[in-house]
Amino acid sequence: MSNNNNRFSRRKFLQTSALTAAAAASGTLVAPSIVRAQGSAVKVGLLQPVSGALSYSGQQGRLGASIAVDEINAAGGLKGLGGAKIVPVLGDAQSTPDGGNAEVEKMNSAGVSAIVGGYASAICLATTQTAARYDLPYIVDVGVTDAIVTRGLKNTFRFGPGFGVLAKTALANLVAINDKAGKPAKTVMIVHEDSAFGSGLAKLLNAQLPGKGFEILETIPHPTPTRDFNNVVLKIKAAKPDIVIPANYYNEYVLLARTMQQQKVRPKAAIYSVLGGAASSYKFVKEFPEAAQYIMDCNHWFDPRNPKALALKRKVEAQGQFFTYEVYMNYSAVLLLADAINRAKSADRAKITEALASSTFAGHVMPYGPTKFVNGQNEGAAPANTQVIGNDIQVILPEAFASAKPVYPLPPV
Amino acid sequence: MHLSILFPAIINGLLTGAIYALIALGLTLVYGVLHIINFAHGALLTAALFAAFFLHKLFGIDPYVAVFILVPAFFAFGYALQRFVIGPASHGDDGNILLVTLGLSVIIENALLYAFRADTRTIDLGYGFSVVSVAGMFLSAPRLAGFAGAVVVALLLWLLLTFTDTGKSIRAVAKEKLGAQLSGIDVAHVYAVTFGLGTACVAIAACLLIPTYYVNPHVGNAFVLIAFTTVVLGGMGSIPGALIGGLFVGVVESLSGLYLGESLGQIGIFLMFILVLLFRPSGLLGELA
Amino acid sequence: MSRAGFLPIVAAVIVLACAPFVTDSNAVLNFLVTALLLTLAGQGWNVLGGYGGQYSFGHAAFFGTGAYVTAILQVRYGLNAWPAFGIGIAAGAAVGAAIGVLTFRSGLRGSYFALVTLAFAEVLRIIASVAPITGAGVGTLIKLDLGARALQFQSRAAFYWFILALVAISLAITKLIEQSRFGAWLVAVRENEDAARALGVDVTRVKLGAMTISAAMTAAAGCFYAQYFLFLDAAIAYGPWISVEALLAPIIGGVGTVFGPLLGALMIKTLGEAAKHVTGDVPGLDLVLYGVVLILVIGFAPRGVAGLIARCRAWLMPPVRLAPETAHD
Repeated sequence: MSNNNNRFSRRKFLQTSALTAAAAASGTLVAPSIVRAQGSAVKVGLLQPVSGALSYSGQQGRLGASIAVDEINAAGGLKGLGGAKIVPVLGDAQSTPDGGNAEVEKMNSAGVSAIVGGYASAICLATTQTAARYDLPYIVDVGVTDAIVTRGLKNTFRFGPGFGVLAKTALANLVAINDKAGKPAKTVMIVHEDSAFGSGLAKLLNAQLPGKGFEILETIPHPTPTRDFNNVVLKIKAAKPDIVIPANYYNEYVLLARTMQQQKVRPKAAIYSVLGGAASSYKFVKEFPEAAQYIMDCNHWFDPRNPKALALKRKVEAQGQFFTYEVYMNYSAVLLLADAINRAKSADRAKITEALASSTFAGHVMPYGPTKFVNGQNEGAAPANTQVIGNDIQVILPEAFASAKPVYPLPPV
Repeated sequence: MHLSILFPAIINGLLTGAIYALIALGLTLVYGVLHIINFAHGALLTAALFAAFFLHKLFGIDPYVAVFILVPAFFAFGYALQRFVIGPASHGDDGNILLVTLGLSVIIENALLYAFRADTRTIDLGYGFSVVSVAGMFLSAPRLAGFAGAVVVALLLWLLLTFTDTGKSIRAVAKEKLGAQLSGIDVAHVYAVTFGLGTACVAIAACLLIPTYYVNPHVGNAFVLIAFTTVVLGGMGSIPGALIGGLFVGVVESLSGLYLGESLGQIGIFLMFILVLLFRPSGLLGELA
Repeated sequence: MSRAGFLPIVAAVIVLACAPFVTDSNAVLNFLVTALLLTLAGQGWNVLGGYGGQYSFGHAAFFGTGAYVTAILQVRYGLNAWPAFGIGIAAGAAVGAAIGVLTFRSGLRGSYFALVTLAFAEVLRIIASVAPITGAGVGTLIKLDLGARALQFQSRAAFYWFILALVAISLAITKLIEQSRFGAWLVAVRENEDAARALGVDVTRVKLGAMTISAAMTAAAGCFYAQYFLFLDAAIAYGPWISVEALLAPIIGGVGTVFGPLLGALMIKTLGEAAKHVTGDVPGLDLVLYGVVLILVIGFAPRGVAGLIARCRAWLMPPVRLAPETAHD
C-alpha cells in the first residue's frame, strides 16, 4: 500500500505514546503519594479486604486496628521512640490475593515498618510472601491455615491460633464437656463450608473424632454462598445425630440455624460449632435469640475478665457496631506490634522482626497463655469455648477464663 | 435414598426453583426483546432487597405490601436505566451492552456497599418461621407464598404480552425490530418498557425472597449464574420457559445436592444445562413469539 | 505476509521492556505484571471473540486448567516448573479443543455459546473445589523456591520480562493470524457464518482452531499466575472474575485488534488505581467511580481505545486517500 509507511509511523507513534502515557500515569499513581511522615512517626500498614465478598470482616478488622492506633497515639505514642506517633497506611485487599499483593507493594513503597492484617488465609499466603521479599514484618490477624506459618518465612507472625490448635482444642473441649455430663453423646454430623477453613477443619475432625469415641454419621460440605439448607436439614433430621458440628461463615450459619428451627430439628445433645460464623456472634444472638439459644462454639474470643477488653467492647458498641472477633484480634495484633517497636526502640524492619520473635507481650485482650513465638506462630494462642446462655454469650472453657458453666446436654424443649 | 427424604427434597427443589423462576422471568424478557444478557440483573436484585429491607425497617411496611410500592418504583428505575444509560452508552453493539451492564452492576453493588456497609441484614417477621404441615413435611409458609407468586407473576406477564397493546408492541419489536419501527413503534421506548418490566419482576422476587433470606451488597451474585442457566434452559424469551426452567433447575439442584453433596451437587445444574444445550440448543421452550 | 506489520509489535515490546530501567519501584512493576497477565488472558479471548466473533464467558476454564496443571505437576509429582508450565499450556489448549468440539458440532452460537462456556467453567470450578488432587477446598500451595530453576524469580523485573515475552509471543501470533488465510476465514465466520460456509470455509474447523489457540494463550496466563502467586484454589483458578476480566480488556481496548487487549488491560488497571487514589480509603467508592468511568468510556469510545486511536488517526491524516480505509491495520 502506498501510504503504508505513513500509517506505520503514525500508528507506532500513537501506540507508543499511549503506552508510555499509561505507564507513566500508572507510575505516579502507584508510587507513594502519601505525605512522607516526619522523623517522629512510624508508618504501619493496615491491610484488610474492605470491599468485595469479605468486606464485612475487612471493615471490622480495620475498625479494631484503627481503634488500637488511636488509643496508642492518644496515650502519648510509642514510648520506646520518644512518643512517636503511629501513622496508619490503609489498604484494601479487595478480597483477592492479587489485590492484597498490590497493596503490600504500595505499602512497602510508602515505607511502612510493618503490616498487620490480611484476614483470609488465601490473601495472607500471598501478602506474607510478598512482604518477605522486603523483610517487612507482617502480623497475620486471623488467617488460620497452618501453611501460613510453615513456609519458613522469618517475617511472618501469627498471634492467633491456627487450624491444628483449633481442631485439637475443640476436640479436647468437646470430650471434656461430654465426659463431665456422663457421655450422653456418641454420634456426630459435620456441616462445613467447602473452602480452605471448612475443609481443613473437617479433615482434622474426621481424623481425630473416632479416636475419642465419637462416630461420624456424615460430613456434609457446602459452598459459600449456599442459598438453601433445607436438604441439609432433612439429612440431619433423618440421621438424628447427638451433636451437629457446623463450621461455616456468618450468612450460611444463620440460614442453617433458621432452617433447623423452622423444621424443628434439634440434635439431642448440642450444636457444637467450630469456627462457627455466627455461633459466637452478638449480632446473631440479638437478631435470632430463639435459634441461637444454647449453641456452643469453639472460636476466637476475647478474655471476658479483662477490663481492657470490656472497655473496647463498650467503645465498639457505642459506635453502633458489633464486637466481632476481627475487631479484637486486630486490636491485639496492633498492640503486639507497638510493644515490639517499643522494645526494639527502633522503626527498623529487622529490629522489629527480632523484637516480635522474642516477644512475651501480655498487654492484649485475648484469653491466651504466655506469648511465645515459634516459627512465627504464637504458641500461647488458643480458642475459647462459648455458649449462648440467656441471650448472652458466655465463655465456658477454659475454666480460667470461664464466666458460666456449660448447659449440656440440651435441656428438653 | 429413603422416600422420606426424597419426596421432601423434590418439594424443596420446587419451592427454591420458584424463586429462581421469578428472578429469571425478568431476565428472559429482557433477553427475548433486547437480545442482551443483562449482567446487572443480580445487582438489581440486591438493590430491590435493600429497598424492601428499608421499607420494613424505617416504615414498618411488610414485604408483601411493599411489592406494590416497589414494582412501580423499580419499573421506573429500569426504564430510566435502559433509556438513559444502557441504550445511549452502548450504541446498540452487543459487546458494549455487555460491558455497560457489567459497569452498572459494579456501580450498584458498590454504591450499596458504600452507603450501607457490608453488614448482613435480616428482617424478623412474625411469620418468617411459620410452617404449613403437609404429609409429615414442614413447608415454610413464605416459600409457599413465593411459589404462588412465581406462578401468578408468570401468568400476569404472559397475559400482558399476549393481550395488551404494550405487550404486542414488545413482541413485535422482539420479532422484527425494523418492521416494528417502520410501523411506527417507538423502539427505544419499547426497549425501555421491557427493561422496566424485567426490573419490576426482580423487585417482586426480592419481596418474596426477603422473609427467608438475608440482605448484603453481594447477595445478588449468588443468583446470577442460576438465573442465566434458567433462562437459557427454558428458552430465551419464553415466559413459560422461565417458570418451568426455574422449577426444573430447583429440583435438579436439590436432587443432585442430595446424592452428591451440596458442594459437588451444584454440578448437576450446569451439566444438565450443557446437555440440554448440546441436544436442544434453543432451550426447552424456544424463543419468544 | 507483511513484515512491516510486525514492527509496531517489536517497538511496543522494546518500549515496555525498558520499564524496569525507568523505575525501580516494585509497586509499579507489580502493577505492570498484573496488567500484562490480564493482557495475555485477554489476548486469548480476543482471538476467539474479537477475531472469531465467538464471545466466551468461560475463559476461566482455560486459565484455571493451566494454573492447576502447572501447580499440581510441581507439588504432587515433583516435576520441574518449566516443563510443568509447558504442559499446563498444552492442557489448557486440550480443554479448549474439547469444549470446542462439543459446542461447535452442536452448532451453538452467540449467547448460547457464551453461556455454555460459562457452564463448562463452573463445572470445572465445582470439580476442583471437591477433588482431592487439587487439594479441594484447602487449595494448592506451590513451595516457595526462589530461583530461575523453579520459575520463581527473586526480582520482580525478571517476572516482568518473562510475562512480557509471553505477551510478545501472543501479539506475534495474533498478527500472524490476522495476516494469514486462516485469519481471513476466521473473520469471514465472524461476519457471516452461513455465507462463509456457503463459500466453502470449513467453519467448524476454523472455529476449533481459534478456540484451541485462544485457550492456549489464556492457559499460559494461568500458568504464570500460579508461578507468581504460588497459591490456588477453585475460586481463584476457575472463578468468574477471570472470565470477566479476560473479556473486559479486549472489549475496552478494541476487539479484533492486535493491541486491543494490551491497551484495554493498561486502561482498566490504571483506572482502578486512579479511582482508589481519588476516593481515598472509603470502601466501595473507588469501584463506583470505576464503573462510572467504564460506562463513559464505552459510551464515547464504542470501538474501544484502539477505535479511538483509529479515529484520531483518521482526523490527523489528510482526507484524500488512495485506497479505501480498512477497519484494521
